[in-house]
Amino acid sequence: MNNATKNRFKDKLLKYFGILCTVAGLIILIFFLVDIFMDGVQRIDWKFITSLPSRFPEKAGILTALMGTIWVFVLTSLIAIPIGVGAGIYLEEYRKKGILSNLLEINIANLAGVPSIIYGLLGLEVFVRILNFGGSLLAGSFTLALLILPIIIVATREAIRAVPKTIKEASFALGATQWQTISRQVLPASASSIITGIILALSRAVGETAPLIVIGALAYVPFVPKTPMDEFTVLPMQIFNWVSRPQHGFIINAAAAIVILLLLVFFMNGIAVYLRNKAQKKIEW
Amino acid sequence: MSKAKEYIIEKALFLSALITIFTTVGIILVLAIEAFAFFKEVSFFDFITDSQWTPLFSEKHFGILPLLAGTFLTTVIAITVALPIGMGISIYLSEYAPPSFRKIIKPLLELLAAVPTVVYGFFALMVVSPFLQKIIPELSGFNALSAGIVMGIMIIPFISSLSEDALHAVPKSLREAAYGMGSTRLQTVFRVTIPAASSGITASVILAVSRAIGETMIVTIAAGQMPGLTLNPLKPVQTITAYIVQVSSGDVPFGSLEHSTIFAAGISLFVLTFILNSISFWINKKYRIHYE
Repeated sequence: MNNATKNRFKDKLLKYFGILCTVAGLIILIFFLVDIFMDGVQRIDWKFITSLPSRFPEKAGILTALMGTIWVFVLTSLIAIPIGVGAGIYLEEYRKKGILSNLLEINIANLAGVPSIIYGLLGLEVFVRILNFGGSLLAGSFTLALLILPIIIVATREAIRAVPKTIKEASFALGATQWQTISRQVLPASASSIITGIILALSRAVGETAPLIVIGALAYVPFVPKTPMDEFTVLPMQIFNWVSRPQHGFIINAAAAIVILLLLVFFMNGIAVYLRNKAQKKIEW
Repeated sequence: MSKAKEYIIEKALFLSALITIFTTVGIILVLAIEAFAFFKEVSFFDFITDSQWTPLFSEKHFGILPLLAGTFLTTVIAITVALPIGMGISIYLSEYAPPSFRKIIKPLLELLAAVPTVVYGFFALMVVSPFLQKIIPELSGFNALSAGIVMGIMIIPFISSLSEDALHAVPKSLREAAYGMGSTRLQTVFRVTIPAASSGITASVILAVSRAIGETMIVTIAAGQMPGLTLNPLKPVQTITAYIVQVSSGDVPFGSLEHSTIFAAGISLFVLTFILNSISFWINKKYRIHYE
């Protein structure tokens, strides 16, 4: 075998190794989804979704966890979206060069890498104790909102940066103020990319467990929360609670709850990918 | 009128941006103040040298080393799994795969990172551990190995996606020059493309390491609750994050020395990930080659 054929052979080898890795990643994902669906899907029925938690696995349901997740989703959105998008707009459109702006930049990059459990410790001290929210929906939502803020900010900035300068200049030339330009030109043009980022961030919040455990959200909540000050549980907490129990019935329940949580998360990711593709196609300035 | 409105809007947006600074200051203050209370009772020297961590037992030891060992062990296993697979994927997608394939596969792989970690924990405990026990009979039900492997699967997209972005950003002309000299794709990848994208790749790997260190639910569910100074992947271990969960979900009273341990553990975790994230940020900023 001469050198050239040897090199071509090695090249082929790397190609097949790459295919193997890519396929392996996908196969693990599929295997893992199928496995959980097989375990969980038989347990899902209307009663499972509308029952309160119970000591008996066959009577237990996810109503409180599901309602808790919906509450957290809504409250976290209300807190995180205006702040995150606002901060993103500020950093892209208003910020003047200087120490403060560099600091903001580095700071956001760092916050995005802080482990979620650390946000839990922050939430425990600030929202649960100092502001005295207790282990309530409000404390949980504020904690999760802080956690996903960097994701929303980064997504907003990237979306705004993709809007061509000429659009803004044309708007200024017509005598529009800065805010008029942002609200009538920049934001509409970047909306679908911003929404993509927001949905991905929220899907992260919906799946989070660790910070909520730390702020003292309960694993067993026998009632559906009615106000933001009520105690709560969410789907991931309920799953964690069921996984930690020895009885087989609860493991099946955990698998069933996982199926519902995954449907929720994948649905959100699907919308996000769809919007992203649409945004990429549409923009041809 | 309109000027006042513009002014108010700008200030409101500025305040939103400022919240991120408050968050960081808040994290540092909370961790520092609570950890300070802890270090008044426990000497810092004991904290970093004692080989036992038993704050919840009657005979208390406060050595962080066992928790660090658990964190280190699971992280090393995760990276060992994720690095070759992630790099293989990124090289294949950027250098070999047809663009249409790449467009479909990338979002699918990113789903791996979208799956909630509690779900991965379930998977590690219920599927991977029993499976590995058939191969390695002495494996404990809770162990560092399966938690590490599953964590590795979770961080694959961090490495594959970010490294692929870095490889993809290398200009075509560099590759074409290499091809023109008669290089195969493999030679081009290892001698031209990867060196040119090395800062982005390194940054992505460091970010993945930091992610693995801070990961909580997988190790809490599948690696066990036994802090021990061991590097044996077959035994149960406890990571820093899993310890914080254990105390938080128990009924340790607020303000007690036992409870303040989670802030001491938390500040260790924060410092560790902060250093890694900063290195990653810095490499990306400083060593990134800008092509015209």
